[in-house]
Amino acid sequence: MDLRYSESDEAFRKELRAWLAEAVPAHGAPPDAADWTGRRAYDTGWQRKLYDAGFAGVNWPKEYGGRDASLTEQLVYYEEIARAHAPYIGVNFVGILHGGPTLISEGTDEQKERHIGPILRGEQVWCQGFSEPGAGSDLAALKCRAERDGDHYVLNGHKIWTSFAQVADYCELLVRTDPDARKHRGISWLGVPMGLDGMEIRPLPTLTGEGEFSEVFLENVRVPMDCLVGAENDGWRVTNVTLAFERGTAFATDIVVFQEVMRELMGVAKRVTRNDAAAWEDRGLRAEVGHLAAEVEAIWAMVRYTVSEADKTGIPSVAASAVKVYFTELKQRIGETCMRVLGRATLSREDVEGLPCQSFVYEALQSLSMTIAAGSSQIQRNIISERILGLPREPR
Amino acid sequence: MDFQLSEDQQALQEGVRNFCEGRVSSDQLREMEKATFDRELWGELAEMGVFALRVAESEGGLGLGNADAVVVFEELGRCLAPGPLVWSHLLADQVEGAASGECVVGGLDLLGGGNDPVLVEHLDHLDALVVLREDGVFRLSPASLEASPIATPLDPFTPLHHVAELPEGERIGDAGAAQRLRVEGAALAAGLLLGIAEETQALATEYAKGREQFNRPIGSFQAIKHILADMFVRQELARAAVYAAGATLDDPEVGSVARAVSTAKLVAGEAAMKNSRNCVQVHGGMGYTWEMPIHYYLKRTWVLENVFGGAEEHALRVAEEIGERA
Repeated sequence: MDLRYSESDEAFRKELRAWLAEAVPAHGAPPDAADWTGRRAYDTGWQRKLYDAGFAGVNWPKEYGGRDASLTEQLVYYEEIARAHAPYIGVNFVGILHGGPTLISEGTDEQKERHIGPILRGEQVWCQGFSEPGAGSDLAALKCRAERDGDHYVLNGHKIWTSFAQVADYCELLVRTDPDARKHRGISWLGVPMGLDGMEIRPLPTLTGEGEFSEVFLENVRVPMDCLVGAENDGWRVTNVTLAFERGTAFATDIVVFQEVMRELMGVAKRVTRNDAAAWEDRGLRAEVGHLAAEVEAIWAMVRYTVSEADKTGIPSVAASAVKVYFTELKQRIGETCMRVLGRATLSREDVEGLPCQSFVYEALQSLSMTIAAGSSQIQRNIISERILGLPREPR
Repeated sequence: MDFQLSEDQQALQEGVRNFCEGRVSSDQLREMEKATFDRELWGELAEMGVFALRVAESEGGLGLGNADAVVVFEELGRCLAPGPLVWSHLLADQVEGAASGECVVGGLDLLGGGNDPVLVEHLDHLDALVVLREDGVFRLSPASLEASPIATPLDPFTPLHHVAELPEGERIGDAGAAQRLRVEGAALAAGLLLGIAEETQALATEYAKGREQFNRPIGSFQAIKHILADMFVRQELARAAVYAAGATLDDPEVGSVARAVSTAKLVAGEAAMKNSRNCVQVHGGMGYTWEMPIHYYLKRTWVLENVFGGAEEHALRVAEEIGERA
């Protein structure tokens, strides 16, 4: 049982930290959230810099231009980019963390040639077309149809929660190619170019007031057959291969952010007045904040524990669902405490008298999505109780 | 970084678990409830190295660290092994005979404030009593205390005496030693609490698989499954926190000892508390009976919550630690 990073991990940290110290300030401030062209340029520009410096695709194999970093190096990587306040992965999210790894595992040589390098260099942006209005937690119930017509598929359907569709070049699209097969069996995975005839993108603003999500409507969209990744009707398995790339190391970024938020919250509590004294004078509040800080410390231990387990066994820890459940709900509780410490100032979404209203309110609102996205907390609890504890399965 | 049990630690864990399953099963516990103190069991625990674990090899101990100790105490907590385990372990290199089990050492933690009234655990069976105070570690002779027994202690395995006047005793360690013992004690108690959190989860899950209502195992209902899933999550969080506390005590450069230990005590205490309460709930009416062993876990948890600092004290300590840098 050893929490010490190895010498080579620390050497990697030093190298990365030195590079970030210059590269982050040089990249400037991010553009306005509504400026999609600017955001694409900003995010992909950063990706290009990562690539040139040899820090792109930390978990990608070397032969595809990745760093093939060990899991502990990945922890270091995510810690350091958070500490340096480096640009968020942004519009590169789907390509780097999902589409790219899927193509590496399942793509043809020609598909790899077309996509892998451009994704890694920030030249190709991907979005995800998985969910549908009738297929959320029950993703395999998706209905979007792909019918063969010569050497093309003809697509008809309605996708939702598609991040960055406005600026994407390609979409990883799950479609039903065999409507007669059982629901997990008739699905295929397509890498579809955006902007084809019959595609309509409608922004779907969220309760935060921002709009990275869109709905995508497909009406008789013709896509060439060579967009099919993996075998026809094997899309469910293709979707799941990506999970093998995911070992929970990216949580390290969020934990560093949590630690910073806790310190910021304490700073705010020392400044704001409650009952004619600094809020921090209130023992109950200090205990509440200390409790949350202890939970942050504990979840960081849990992340390192599960990552070490994945490192040892070569497969993702079964406790990843447990991390996800706890982490997302903790983020919501931290958000609520932050809001309560700011009090009436949170009625404003702009900073007032130097209080961090903008970020505290945004984070509290945004945290509501986390217990829904990527497997809701209820689905995660089903997974834990069935796959880990061995309780009877829900009907499927 | 290899934040998993080493092969040696796995073997240690397995050894203690096997011993506990054979020697401190729930049936045997029920018997122990009627008896007073099992001196023979104490000797066997000593022989296994429970007390001498962290005593240097040159002094006849096992020369292991805190990370190993929390793993052992996790197993002792899982089976609810009775007696002043933490104290005898903590004082193994300072009180003669503690390591070998010949001298049963109990203790009283008067640090942290709010310890009125003075209630001493296991007094009748102690050969030495150690008190942690602000100004140091003090050794008292148990026989010399004027103490009145509490007829009905909360935990049937933790007999109590009320002591109105506590003598000063002989000073055997300075203020720093008292603080150090308290931090190590908190980590070990967190280990015991982790074991309780795990065992109550396992018992509840087992019961939910077998118990049928409405012609289905109750474990097929999401209302029950999600309680059990949360119990699992708490146990895993507590495990990581407790192991991290052990590893940080052994290698303080990897983090803050105070923060790691306070986190472990807080998180493991809550996991044990919530899991043992949920264990009663999942067992339904039977969980509320004396006959089922479930209440033992809940009661032991409460005993452990009230030593080496409770949840609020540790939360405040973590706040203080981070607040200094805010």
